Amino acid sequence: MVYDYYPGCTLKSKASRFDISAVKAAEALGAEMREIPEWQCCGGVYPMACDEIAHRLPSVRALNEAKNNGRDLLTVCSACYHVLKSVNYDMKNSMDVRSKTNSYLEYEKEYKGETRVVHYLEMLRDDIGFDAVSEKVVNPLKELKIAPYYGCLILRPSKIIGFDDAENPVTMENFIKALGGDPVVYPFRNECCGGYAVAEDKAIAEKKSREIIECAKKHGADMMITACPLCMYNLKKYADIPIKYFTEILCEALGIEADGE
Amino acid sequence: MNRIGVFVCHCGSNIAAAVDVKQVAEALGREQNVVFSAEYQYMCSENGQKLIKNAVKENALTGIVVCSCSPRMHEATFRKTASEAGINPYMVEIANIREQCSWVHKDITAATSKAIILGRAAIAKVRFNEPLTVGESGVTKRALVIGGGIAGIQTALDIADAGYKVDIVEKKPTIGGKMAQLDKTFPTLDCAACILTPKMVEAARHENIKLYTYSEVEEVKGYVGNFSVKIRKKARYVRENLCSGCGACALKCPSRNSGNEFNTGLDKRGAIYIPFAQAIPNIPVIDAEHCIKFRTGKCGLCQMNCAAQAIDFSQKDEIIEEKYGAIVAATGFDIINLDKFGEYGYKTYPDVVTSLEFERIMNAAGPTKGHLERPSDGRQPKTLVFVQCVGSRDTSGRGKEYCSKICCMYTAKHAMLTREKYPDTDVYVFYIDVRAPGKNFDEFYRRAAEQYGVHYIKGMVGKIYDDGNGNLMVRGSDIIANEQLTIKADMVILAAAAKPDDSARSLGTMLTASMDTNDFFTEAHPKLRPVESPTAGVFLSGFCQGPKDIPETVAQAGAAAVKVIGLLSKDRLKSNPCVARSDSLICSGCSNCEKVCPFGAITYADARVNDGTGMETRRVAVVNEAVCHGCGACAAACPSGAMDLMGFTSKQIFAEVDAVCR
Repeated sequence: MVYDYYPGCTLKSKASRFDISAVKAAEALGAEMREIPEWQCCGGVYPMACDEIAHRLPSVRALNEAKNNGRDLLTVCSACYHVLKSVNYDMKNSMDVRSKTNSYLEYEKEYKGETRVVHYLEMLRDDIGFDAVSEKVVNPLKELKIAPYYGCLILRPSKIIGFDDAENPVTMENFIKALGGDPVVYPFRNECCGGYAVAEDKAIAEKKSREIIECAKKHGADMMITACPLCMYNLKKYADIPIKYFTEILCEALGIEADGE
Repeated sequence: MNRIGVFVCHCGSNIAAAVDVKQVAEALGREQNVVFSAEYQYMCSENGQKLIKNAVKENALTGIVVCSCSPRMHEATFRKTASEAGINPYMVEIANIREQCSWVHKDITAATSKAIILGRAAIAKVRFNEPLTVGESGVTKRALVIGGGIAGIQTALDIADAGYKVDIVEKKPTIGGKMAQLDKTFPTLDCAACILTPKMVEAARHENIKLYTYSEVEEVKGYVGNFSVKIRKKARYVRENLCSGCGACALKCPSRNSGNEFNTGLDKRGAIYIPFAQAIPNIPVIDAEHCIKFRTGKCGLCQMNCAAQAIDFSQKDEIIEEKYGAIVAATGFDIINLDKFGEYGYKTYPDVVTSLEFERIMNAAGPTKGHLERPSDGRQPKTLVFVQCVGSRDTSGRGKEYCSKICCMYTAKHAMLTREKYPDTDVYVFYIDVRAPGKNFDEFYRRAAEQYGVHYIKGMVGKIYDDGNGNLMVRGSDIIANEQLTIKADMVILAAAAKPDDSARSLGTMLTASMDTNDFFTEAHPKLRPVESPTAGVFLSGFCQGPKDIPETVAQAGAAAVKVIGLLSKDRLKSNPCVARSDSLICSGCSNCEKVCPFGAITYADARVNDGTGMETRRVAVVNEAVCHGCGACAAACPSGAMDLMGFTSKQIFAEVDAVCR
């Protein structure tokens, strides 16, 4: 299994351990992540303005690259996943965005949203299979009550992202189970951590993050996992239990050493 | 030889202001075969019609072209005029120079030349018109009402009272429908059962009404006045003629695993059961899926305890065939499944219930004997939160885009009744808008908010969750205060969107009655024919046509009955002669027409034809003229040109096109 890999900026800086652990674990599971050359920042935020083309271009370039390579485009970061998938949806469904973008990029063949955007968790779930992951586990995460934290970007808007049921997601719970852990199902796992609002008003992010952490703890969590560097940034400040990227516990369970920031 | 008269109408200034009518009359007067041409102020008036009649007589006209308003307005008028003047009414053509010309154009020169072109097209067409005769068919003086809720019962009673026979087919073991499950009714708060059950009894006892409960319509054939219907009477495993309705069987039944449908599954019933105390007929039914006898072969306690020896495990479904003149769809509604609305936790938390469940909880005959007790622990809730528009007015694709119409009022009712019976409760209602546009409705809602102290919060609920201590938390927005708020609730009641009953879709197919994307039956005209389906002889009663409360349902039920009575009162039905006709010499039997016909009017039959090379038997299309609506879809689909629409033959249409393009 070979994927075109779109790491995104944060995974190459503040969240390098997310990147390293993801690549190493994939290798152990028989999947190769081939980083695409000269990828550009996805922008971090999906542009809601429907006539905004410039901010969609980096995503389209990456998507088109994967299309030309005949591979799926894999991401690990929820924010990149959200942006890539949303832009891809536009390229498939909005004639206006598609024609403007293509007339700017002047590709030989029009890009029409053909590429499949895959989140690392989707790769584990749909392509490799949690059962196969489970078989490779050498250090089961026994006696650890782990609260998966989804946040918004990987789930919503569900019609476009379609990762899981946005209100009652189960993917990360099943992932934890595959690693031998005990998932904590708590209602705030799909609440927003405050996201980018932290740049404007720290109090919002603090309020939201504390709520989520308290909720997870109240439901018995010893640890939380996330798939988003921004969620990590917000939650980490207020958490008194460990918060890890989901790929870190994957490496632990698979018995792989993976360091990084 | 064609002798055509042209009559150009001024329609006061409606046409004359934008079209030079004199010029039109003169120009059309010069057309081939036109022997008379005139203009007049109001052609539809007595004098205008007299002008036409005189012209027909004096000029021995064979065809008439009226340049006037849309044929939808006065085609019938002018056909009658022609008939009175002694020529076939179908020798009249209308050139619409009002709606399609004078009303939409300002430039008088351009509008005048367009009017002339439209007139020419009509003249070209009328040259090929053929006299058509109206056909006739008989009427079976019996009506079928599908659905035994308040809509069906009311329609049946009104038809029966007028002296006609009516059959009600109800899929459940009892009539009564959703209304039987309700506690009180808004805005008068009278008890639903108290006003419904007398009607149920009346329907059961009426000499003109026959009930087929626990039955479903399986096949509908025929056409207006002459439907033939197959009804499947499902096996109750209880002989109706022997059963006394004592209920001993239901008491003795050891199986207690089936959710009691009447109480929305809030309690259990036996495998043999009578749905509720006032059920009609008061005859039990065996739910074979849960019956121990059916599952294991052992038991039969009900049979042993039946003094009337009415239990019959060997009973089979029965197919009844009956003929009807008219059919009324009264299939009612249901509430949507809330699986897709995870944010409300309906499946997760037992104390989050639907309004229909709450209705049963508040009902004296319900699972809690009318005491407000929450499902999880039977405690009386102190804080209740009602959430409106759960799946209604929904654009997320999970629910329904329309307003379910009844929820604002029943929520106000629930809130008010709760506060009245339990003054120590706190009641909140989350709403998008409160829609109370009925008689005494707004007063009712205001009473709830102002006199009963129900807290109305404008905003939606985003999440219902357990705070980790077993408390139900309701998080929503208050968009007037512009804040997010969280209410610790003991019970949450969701006003789930109402939708047409699932049986409507298959029934619609059987009846070839059109439906909208939400599976509501479509009316023949949204304003002027609200209780008739576009399919002749099919009428609509109640929620199956669109969201309605009880008073509206009863009104519509009565209106549908009037239409049925009007139909059944006729001995013969006149049919529209502008129907499709197939030329068996040309027909290749390809079935294209049959596939596109929305009314099921086309069948195939073997015909003996002589195409010049000798007699042979061929499979050809046959149009049932009584069923055909004259839509023309078949004529357009026919690859060989065998199918033609009378009054709109291909020849006529091409002549019109040629005239327009000349």
